[in-house]
Amino acid sequence: MSGEVIGVWIGAILTLGIFSFLYKDNPFYKFSEALFVGVSAGYWFVVTFWQYFLPKLIDNLVLAYTVLTVEGKIDYHWVYLLGGGLGVLMLLRLLPNVGWLSRWSLAFIVGTTAGLQFTRYLESNGIIQVKGTILPLIVGGNLNTTIGNIIIVVGTFCGLIYFFFSKEHKGAFGGAARVGVWFLMITFGALFGYTVMSRMSLLIGRLDYLFSNWLGLIG
Amino acid sequence: MKNKGFLNIALLSVLFAMFSLLLLDMDLSLAQEGGEVIASEDTTFQLPAPPTNVKAFDTPDDNGHSITVSWTLSADDGAGRNNVISYEIVRSDSPDGEFEVRGLAPAGENTFEDKGAKEKQDANYLPPHKDFYYKVRARGDGFFSVSEVSPPAHAFGQWYHTGKTPVVVAVLLFSTFCLVFITVARKGKKLYVRPLAGIEAVDDAIGRATEMGKPILYILGLGSADMIATIASFTILSRVAKKVAEYQTPILIPCCDPIVMAVAQETVRAAYLEAGRPDQYKEENIYYLTSMQFAYVAGVNGIMLREKPATNFYLGKFYAESLLLAETGSLAGSIQISGTDEIAQIPFFVAATDYTLIGEELYAASAYLGREPILLGTLKGQDWGKAVVMIALILGALAATFNFQFFLNLFSIQL
Repeated sequence: MSGEVIGVWIGAILTLGIFSFLYKDNPFYKFSEALFVGVSAGYWFVVTFWQYFLPKLIDNLVLAYTVLTVEGKIDYHWVYLLGGGLGVLMLLRLLPNVGWLSRWSLAFIVGTTAGLQFTRYLESNGIIQVKGTILPLIVGGNLNTTIGNIIIVVGTFCGLIYFFFSKEHKGAFGGAARVGVWFLMITFGALFGYTVMSRMSLLIGRLDYLFSNWLGLIG
Repeated sequence: MKNKGFLNIALLSVLFAMFSLLLLDMDLSLAQEGGEVIASEDTTFQLPAPPTNVKAFDTPDDNGHSITVSWTLSADDGAGRNNVISYEIVRSDSPDGEFEVRGLAPAGENTFEDKGAKEKQDANYLPPHKDFYYKVRARGDGFFSVSEVSPPAHAFGQWYHTGKTPVVVAVLLFSTFCLVFITVARKGKKLYVRPLAGIEAVDDAIGRATEMGKPILYILGLGSADMIATIASFTILSRVAKKVAEYQTPILIPCCDPIVMAVAQETVRAAYLEAGRPDQYKEENIYYLTSMQFAYVAGVNGIMLREKPATNFYLGKFYAESLLLAETGSLAGSIQISGTDEIAQIPFFVAATDYTLIGEELYAASAYLGREPILLGTLKGQDWGKAVVMIALILGALAATFNFQFFLNLFSIQL
């Protein structure tokens, strides 16, 4: 029996193990789950090591050291020491006495990224969306586009009213917010149907594996 | 005699034939020679006129590793003999040095961005503050005509990206709103926040878990710690953890990202401290499962069925796992409160959980729970920001209808 056949059998049995969850929690599912979680955690460790730790930190520091020894210059690649240092601080969590130092790394990650995301969000989720919604309300000779544009502008306007948190949704304001909710729910309904179809393709992929690769019943 | 006459005729015939062949051969070679000359003259004649007025300058609004080259189109590009196929841009670090090809531009184009790498070790590295010279070759059918050498140009980075001015204006406007309302809130003025059903249910859900003597499961999603949804979830977790500490109800937080786990541990630890119960904090309840999406789902589903949590929170960034988690939680009989800014997943949460925080409600929830001046002021500032957007939307729609281009250009961002 070749290694490939053994692999298909293991894959098929573990797939059935995960599917057995549909019946109820059972030892077969527990085994498959524990194996899946354990193997994937180990896999991610290896991926992180080879794709991030080695090329991002070690290689850049080696490069910086090489430039220093060959050209006698302090290269900007030494800045990666800062990242390495923050990583070491994270590892200090393992030592109870100095574990609090890891908060510096966490503060750096959360604070820096929040600041960076601030402008990015304003640009992509704010200004670009506004620009995309600025549409002519009347398009001469094209009734479909005219109706479509009016729906987009009204829907966006009312949707924004729904997301007003510091004003009570009453009267005309509340009415506009309710229209906004309708727009949201119709959008979610459409998204639901669309996404269910993509999930079906995941199921079909697994069934295809079982019936084709394992049992050989299909094509 | 007869034979001799026949031989003479035959000899003459052969001579005539050879002479004819010679003449024919001479004609052919003359024709070929003439053809070559004509072809050569014709080819020279068909060379496109060279591009003129070649200029090189630093590419504006960049990090300083790009030079833009511009030129006046060849007289034979789109006019004249109309035989320009493309332009070849060549570069050298001295006007008399060897020029290397940097790229091609199609006929009709009169600019080219010579974009280099910023890493020194990259073969395509373009050093800033170093002079370069450019030529542009108009390419015909296998032949080039070359322009004069451009004056020197060097790349340098800019501190301000002029194409992002609308973003700067938006940041200043939004920040001003937030700062003004934070100041107002700090002075003691009560700022109204409308009720959010999902958040109002938080206390009830924690109370239910306490009464049932079962744990609370808090899922921060699959996002990393640098995602806004995850950051918003941390602030909600802080409030939930404080309540949980007061009620002495266990809280389980399986994480799919080690950094998220570390932040969650610190958040919960601080909340327990704030609640005056640091001794109740159990770090082992906040743990890393795996970073792989569906393996994480398998693990969390197992926890739901075995630990039977009374309440499940799904707040953060979620992808395809949203329905798998919410369905299992529903089967396990838990009260479920969800919230995400991932639009495609909201429908699943709406369908399968009891309360859902839709999009920005997730960000507002922390302010609602905390009632702190900074959070409330920020929330009010956000609302004013939305009001500005709505006004821009109406004015923009009118401008687009009546074709007022000036107003539309206000929102143009150079990416």
